Amino acid sequence: MNGYRRLSECEGIVVMKTGENNYMLQLRNISMIFAKDTVDEVTALENVNLDVREQDFITIIGSNGAGKSTLLNIIAGVFPPEKGGSIIIAGDDVTNLEEHKRAAYVGRVWQQPEVGTAGKLNLEENLSLALLRGKPRKLEMAINKKRRQIFRDALSMLELGLENRLSTPIGTLSGGQRQALALLMATISKPDILLLDEHIATLDPKTAQTVLRLSDMIIRRERMTTIMVTHNMEIALHYGNRLVMMHKGRIVVDMGEAEKEALTIGDLVAAFEQAAGEQFNDDSVLLSQH
Amino acid sequence: MDVGLLAVSLYEGLVFGLVTIGVYLTFRVLTFPDLSVDGTFPLGGAIAAVLIVSGVNPFLATLAAFGGGLAAGLVTGLLNTKLRISALLSGILMMVALYSVNLRIMGRANIPLLREITSFDMVARILGVHNGVGLSIGFVLVVVAIFVAGLNWFLRTEVGLALRATGDNEQMVRSLGSNTNKNVLLGCAISNGLVALTGALVAQNQGFSDIGMGIGMIVMGLASVIIGEGVFHPKSITSILLACLGGTFLYRLFLNVALRLGMPPGDLKLVTAVLVIIVLAVPHIRKKVRGEWLPPAVRM
Repeated sequence: MNGYRRLSECEGIVVMKTGENNYMLQLRNISMIFAKDTVDEVTALENVNLDVREQDFITIIGSNGAGKSTLLNIIAGVFPPEKGGSIIIAGDDVTNLEEHKRAAYVGRVWQQPEVGTAGKLNLEENLSLALLRGKPRKLEMAINKKRRQIFRDALSMLELGLENRLSTPIGTLSGGQRQALALLMATISKPDILLLDEHIATLDPKTAQTVLRLSDMIIRRERMTTIMVTHNMEIALHYGNRLVMMHKGRIVVDMGEAEKEALTIGDLVAAFEQAAGEQFNDDSVLLSQH
Repeated sequence: MDVGLLAVSLYEGLVFGLVTIGVYLTFRVLTFPDLSVDGTFPLGGAIAAVLIVSGVNPFLATLAAFGGGLAAGLVTGLLNTKLRISALLSGILMMVALYSVNLRIMGRANIPLLREITSFDMVARILGVHNGVGLSIGFVLVVVAIFVAGLNWFLRTEVGLALRATGDNEQMVRSLGSNTNKNVLLGCAISNGLVALTGALVAQNQGFSDIGMGIGMIVMGLASVIIGEGVFHPKSITSILLACLGGTFLYRLFLNVALRLGMPPGDLKLVTAVLVIIVLAVPHIRKKVRGEWLPPAVRM
């Protein structure tokens, strides 16, 4: 328990820093058009604005093609937004920062555990790669005694018995163990923002619960500012302090903790159907209005 | 089997072991099938030969060959990372381009070094011993030991680990803040540096540099990698590097025995190619016999 705290302090990776108004992430006029000027042109995001406060835990829901993954890709720097858009993380304009430089700000867990971990390397090698997020990589041993202890402490927190298997190749772990490790790798160096991209969608229900519980624990413990994309409305309602619904590249619902508390799945489904029926006249109709 | 055959195979296993390690770095570690090796091997020979003939210290000439290989590997990597040309094609383009470059460097197709003082002669002179196969083995052993020890250290460093991870899961490495393009460049450079260094050593030892000395080098490297992996099943970095050397030794021994048994030298490359084909095809044929599901052919 203390191990994890100690880890972030002694390795001192990123000191919490927010811009003006305590916003950890600000998205301004974010649009994304794929295959521009061809017959296959798709507007994945249309003029999205989002202000995320420090320690916000936002759950994002929306049907396929709503733009959820595109939004996360843009935050992570996989591709830049259309001209005119800007991304500000912790007060820094990162709009034109390449993905590997953006990594200093953003930790991410993908849907498939194979994406977040390197299967040919072992546990400690994977964690060592993650520990150096946002730091220059030097010609020094990637793994030493001190780091091993950090890894053991961090792994023991997961309570999966992985702390005694530092030299196990990742390829031999189960999907759940691997995803728990990916989660640890995304958070071990304390980035400003954690992106969870349907990270429990491919796991069996029991394992999914475990990984979700671990995610929530780490987010609380590290006070991580988090954006979690999910298809599960129950999870979207139950976790986090803010809920965002996307539809056809726009944010159609954005509600805070109080409104979220009062919400039922039925309300959410109704809102979903309404969004799908495109009865919205405004970009951000609040659910409380109906 | 006589001692001479073993000694020659040992020398070849060591010196060509560096080529095998280079091929391992690109093919297995970076998953970047780099074919420029066929061009960088004679590049090393060409640079060393021209410099030695013009009176440069042979050790410096060998080092310059290593540098030339580093630069050539960097260009291959740049073709892929900056211009987005496929890895396979980048290597082929470099291999073809280097043929002309090597001819330009040498000015002709062959430079004899028999009357020149090579690195091997220098070492023999310094130690006051006869320049024979024993000395060749000793000198090459020292060079290989230095590079293997260096790589054994480098691949465990923070930079080296990021390089190894790049070939495994590029998306993850980028998301963790390492520039995967730079890692690929570094890996290609080191790989081709090792190959050119071997070219320089081989040219000096055999007494000439020839424009055609690199033909089939990539397949020989691959054959040695496959033999090393199959025989030694290496797990750790150290054992992988040693398995590359061991695989090369076994491959060379196999060839030398075949030659001794009367195989015409011209058939060497065919035999090597068939060897690689057999090893690559065995798992597929085994699956077919067992009636297992067969994955579609990979064409990248």
